Amino acid sequence: MDEIQNRVSRRAVLGAGVAGAAMLAMPSVLRAQDKSLKIGVYGGYFKDSFDKNIFPDFTKATGIAVESVAEPTGEAWLVQLEQAARAGQAPADVSMMSQVAMLKGQATDLWTPLDMAKIPNSGNLIDRFVNKYPDGRVAGIGAVAWYITLVTNTDTYKEAPDSWAAFWDKANEDKLGLLALVSNSFLLEVTAKTFFGGTDALSTEEGLLKAFDKLAEVKPNVRLWYRDEAQFEQALKSGEIPMGQYYHDVTGLAAADGNPVRSTFPKEGGIQDSGCWALSRASKKSEEAHIFINYMSQPTIQATLSRKVGTAPTVRRELLDLTDKEFSAVSSDIEPIIPRYDLYQSKSDWLNQKWTELIVG
Amino acid sequence: MRREPPRTLTDYGPLFFPAAMLTIFFVVPFGTMIAVSFFQRQQGGFYTPAFVWSNYERFLSAFFANVLGFSLMLSIAVAICCLVLALPFTYLLTRMSRRAQVLWLVGLLSILSLSEVITGFAWSTLFSRTAGITNLLVAIGIMDSPRALTPSLGAVLTGMVYQAFPYTVLVLYPALVRLDPTLTEAARTLGASPLRAFFNVVVPALRNTIVATLIMVFIFALGSYLLPQILGRPQHWTLSVLITDQAIYQSNMPFAAAMAVFLVLVTLALVALTLFLGRKGEAA
Repeated sequence: MDEIQNRVSRRAVLGAGVAGAAMLAMPSVLRAQDKSLKIGVYGGYFKDSFDKNIFPDFTKATGIAVESVAEPTGEAWLVQLEQAARAGQAPADVSMMSQVAMLKGQATDLWTPLDMAKIPNSGNLIDRFVNKYPDGRVAGIGAVAWYITLVTNTDTYKEAPDSWAAFWDKANEDKLGLLALVSNSFLLEVTAKTFFGGTDALSTEEGLLKAFDKLAEVKPNVRLWYRDEAQFEQALKSGEIPMGQYYHDVTGLAAADGNPVRSTFPKEGGIQDSGCWALSRASKKSEEAHIFINYMSQPTIQATLSRKVGTAPTVRRELLDLTDKEFSAVSSDIEPIIPRYDLYQSKSDWLNQKWTELIVG
Repeated sequence: MRREPPRTLTDYGPLFFPAAMLTIFFVVPFGTMIAVSFFQRQQGGFYTPAFVWSNYERFLSAFFANVLGFSLMLSIAVAICCLVLALPFTYLLTRMSRRAQVLWLVGLLSILSLSEVITGFAWSTLFSRTAGITNLLVAIGIMDSPRALTPSLGAVLTGMVYQAFPYTVLVLYPALVRLDPTLTEAARTLGASPLRAFFNVVVPALRNTIVATLIMVFIFALGSYLLPQILGRPQHWTLSVLITDQAIYQSNMPFAAAMAVFLVLVTLALVALTLFLGRKGEAA
């Protein structure tokens, strides 16, 4: 994490230097700088891709200058946005937020409701990617989607496993790397879909306890519960930890680089998670933010994201000009496992406590 | 130069700066943390100012008692390991030539320039099955096949001792350099073996330094949250790991603050107990 922050600050300094030089050199650009927007995206690979493939075209098309802000994953960014909003500050106007963070932000009215009339392209979206307050106001618009899938090292596993049930296989003792938190691993949903017929089984406390019990059987197979993605990715590539759950897009990139890894959509479906564009209530750039979100909801931009960043599109498949090959590289036609985000809001502390006791105890 | 007790306000002047720094960077944040630890957690949101004991109540369970107990035991083990390794090492170091001493100290100090992340990942590679030190043992025929030494308690302990070792040496070094060599000479003249002279003369003469070192390493190790995650299994996670989880990933600041306050209190109590027993032992 230190490393990322250092890199960011150096980038920011360089960026500021370049921007300053550009402003001095070209006074005509100053007008364009009047309209600007601070946009938060996940730091590292994501932000680099957006800086390179998306933001320059957006500025060219709309005249709105973009200052991208590297945000940490997890809920740290939500905490920072909330604290800043209480002081009337917005470290970023628009941020890409995870679904759990969207719900938590809704609880404190952190997100400015979006005016759908100003975002005509939102009609392109798959319905579940429009994030709404309980009273129907729109809190956020789907930015990108991604999958967490079953990944394996191809040297260790010649045949790709076809089901999440491989995690429970006694033959895989001490071989798995799984995400360490209940709210980002979504393993309860995986357990429910694989063994109990679907995520609806988690609606009751009884069903949740059954899923926890089933999940406890996986423990002897787990070598690493990771918070830090790099830790698992490295171990997967080297074969040190040859199986686990990981991000489909990054695994694909690693395989393309020649590493012996593969990502499989199990027959129960990959876990689909997504990020929303959301506007902080402390932001004064509502107009620009709506233009940006509308721009990002175009099918052509979503296709570019799939090709360049490796994310799954949030607009309907038939509107996209992606080939079958391009589409299957970032997504799958197998019905995905959609996380029960509602649980992470209404029962978050209980789930967290049970989960910690499950893996630590 | 004459020493006079300060009389006017300006005589106290030089004290204002450190006092202000302490207030701004220690007293205020710590006070805020104590205040937050009593706030009401809003599940699925943040927190609202209040005065409730529920955050402390949640902590008082067998589960967290186990985690706290493990964290304390781990830190004590790290402190003892560090001392057992560093005391003879530093003693021998002080007998070396000036040049050798400088070289060793520079080497040790350079360890401190590495971040915890880097040392953690380096150790996890060294302990891995695919690229680790067991491959060397296989190459020279001691082992049959390479195996992974991490995640394990041994790996966590090694990583943490590695990290705290330079501090231990740096704290022991001045006291050992100043140690009067005639003490050991006298012991030797009176017929003690070098080992006996070390344990019966050098160690008791350094009593206070040793206690101070143990306490320092103990507290240093208690704050470690990265190495247990990288090198250990979940049952080796310290309380600091769970505090990080609550603060950063669950945005449950009140509970994280309550755990942190509890950890500070237990630490202070243990340190006080050590000092109290030390003084009693001295008086006897």
